[in-house]
Amino acid sequence: MHTETVVIKPKGKLSISWKELKAYRELFFYFAWRDVKVRYKQTVIGASWVILQPLSQMIIFTVFFNKVAGIGSGNAAVPYAIFSYTGLLFWNLFNGSITRVSNSMVDNQGVITKIYFPRIILPFSSVIVGLIDFLFAFLVFVGLMIWFKFPPTWEAVVLLIPAIFFTCLTALGVGMFFAALNVKYRDVKQIVPFLLSVGLFVTPVIYPVTSIPQQFQWLLYLNPMTAIINMMRSSFLNTSPINWPLTFLSLAVCLVAFVVGFAYFKSTEREFADII
Amino acid sequence: MKNSPVITVKNISKSYNISHEMKASAGNVTFRDAIINTLKKPKELLTGHLMKKEKFWALKGIDFEINKGEVVGIIGKNGSGKSTLLKIMSRITEPTTGEIVMNGRVASLLEVGTGFHPELTGRENVYFNGSILGMKKKEIDAKFDEIVAFSEVEKFLDTPVKFYSSGMYVRLAFAVAAHLDPDILIIDEVLAVGDAAFQKKCLNKMKQSAAEGRTVLFVSHSMQAVQSLCNKAVLLEKGKIVEIGSTEKVYKKYMGTKQKGKTKFSNFRNNFNEGSRIEISSLEIFKGDKATSNFSYGDGMKVKLNMKNTMPKEELRVDVNIITEDGFRVACFTGKTLARNNKQLEINIPELSLSDGDYSANISIISQDQIVEQLIQDAFYFEVLESDNLVSGGSNAYYKNVEVK
Repeated sequence: MHTETVVIKPKGKLSISWKELKAYRELFFYFAWRDVKVRYKQTVIGASWVILQPLSQMIIFTVFFNKVAGIGSGNAAVPYAIFSYTGLLFWNLFNGSITRVSNSMVDNQGVITKIYFPRIILPFSSVIVGLIDFLFAFLVFVGLMIWFKFPPTWEAVVLLIPAIFFTCLTALGVGMFFAALNVKYRDVKQIVPFLLSVGLFVTPVIYPVTSIPQQFQWLLYLNPMTAIINMMRSSFLNTSPINWPLTFLSLAVCLVAFVVGFAYFKSTEREFADII
Repeated sequence: MKNSPVITVKNISKSYNISHEMKASAGNVTFRDAIINTLKKPKELLTGHLMKKEKFWALKGIDFEINKGEVVGIIGKNGSGKSTLLKIMSRITEPTTGEIVMNGRVASLLEVGTGFHPELTGRENVYFNGSILGMKKKEIDAKFDEIVAFSEVEKFLDTPVKFYSSGMYVRLAFAVAAHLDPDILIIDEVLAVGDAAFQKKCLNKMKQSAAEGRTVLFVSHSMQAVQSLCNKAVLLEKGKIVEIGSTEKVYKKYMGTKQKGKTKFSNFRNNFNEGSRIEISSLEIFKGDKATSNFSYGDGMKVKLNMKNTMPKEELRVDVNIITEDGFRVACFTGKTLARNNKQLEINIPELSLSDGDYSANISIISQDQIVEQLIQDAFYFEVLESDNLVSGGSNAYYKNVEVK
């Protein structure tokens, strides 16, 4: 007969039980499923918001930054609209994921204080909602590609998945750090949107990286989103060639962010139920 | 193997840091506080008044074993550590030292309807809640019809639960919990909700699972509840086990530790979960206008309740059940009043026809549609002193209508 044994004892700070995570994989999907379901309940146009948001942002950016302020895409062959939409596509995935991940613990405090499950599934499942939004926003992107007559390149197809992956990884790293901090300090809820609104400007979403003097560009690349957005623009729209050394610098920062965020989350995880 | 323990608890302790760390646990700490505290520290380092981090042991050195099929009550007053033990055993919080080994599938119920989302439909909530309680999708699929039948809310399965009455909500939530199929069930006193008929159904379901050889751990602060359900009990006081063994043995010890002479009672364990419109915060007992816990046969008693109340204009019934030391209900005082967001209730019992002895009282507040809004067990204690004018027999169970305002 098969029996399960549960052993409860003080755990090491960074211990991860893969077996346990496997046992809870269904719950992981249920959390994501619930968030998706609840998201647009009691709204009139429902999921259309997912598409309307980046589209309206694109229009606003094109009117104000391109037409009024005169910021261009850095390449005369690339219309500003699709240039900014490419940036927004990934920025919104990043932005939405960080926001949801950093609130994931506090939003579920009722569950956290009443039942056990590996807490780490909450930040990870929060990313799923962002990915589904991304999927719809990406369909619009495909439409824009056809409209502006940009044929897909092999490079773009190959780099798309890594770009999504690294965006989520960065968002998870930063988000997990804030999620753990949010348990203790509710200020985080105020700080994160503020930091993200600053982040929009220190990431080349509105402007091309090439508009920054060459010797300072590496500073922008300390932000992983710079490399990701630039890589996508370069491969989909052929704006400017990919700067590989700086891209690897960006990805290294991304990995560090993920490891730090994950380690901080795991090391404070066991206190969550006591102090949330 | 048959008699080897299914649960072994070895040297379990749990400490919390108090001092400014404890403020963090209230969840209200801001960055400003944290920054100020760190700024203060070097100053204190210089002056030699380093802030002491005081350790508070919520549990200290708990050892016990539970065999297969036993129904064990864990009992203790507020602050005795039983909630901490419950949280450790349900793995919500980690012990500071020690080890617990449980053989079998464990399910813990600290609340009915954990994770219920008001925007989701009944059907969706059954799946989500079931999954959170540890059921696999296949299992929920298989038991779905049974769960729905048990809950009696078939008609509203595809309605968001925010439109449910509190009774329907609780029934659906409990139905999911009742269909968990664990070897070990750890439950908090969450059963005293819903209407009377449904409560009975739940109790039967519980008894049935015990009969099927399941091990049940029941955490309660009510001796009565433990007596009616459990054959073994563990009595906790100040984080330590003071008695363990048969329910009777533990009961005797428990009665010996009871507080006497108190007239103000607070820190109640409000039994209802989210959605309850009434929460009793404190109460005081009086003889005439004098606060006392000593009464004589025939004396009147006044109970003043302070509560949080979000019930709009609706008639509510207040029941005060008087329980003897042996756990028998000897009187039920009941009265009706109109709720109108009032924060206080006064219950006037004109005459206590009770023989001498120690008594405890349960207070329940029931809404118009017969839903138990709140139930406080052992809400207060009092003593009836010996007196000369004792009338024959004394305590026969009786019902009496009283004034509530």
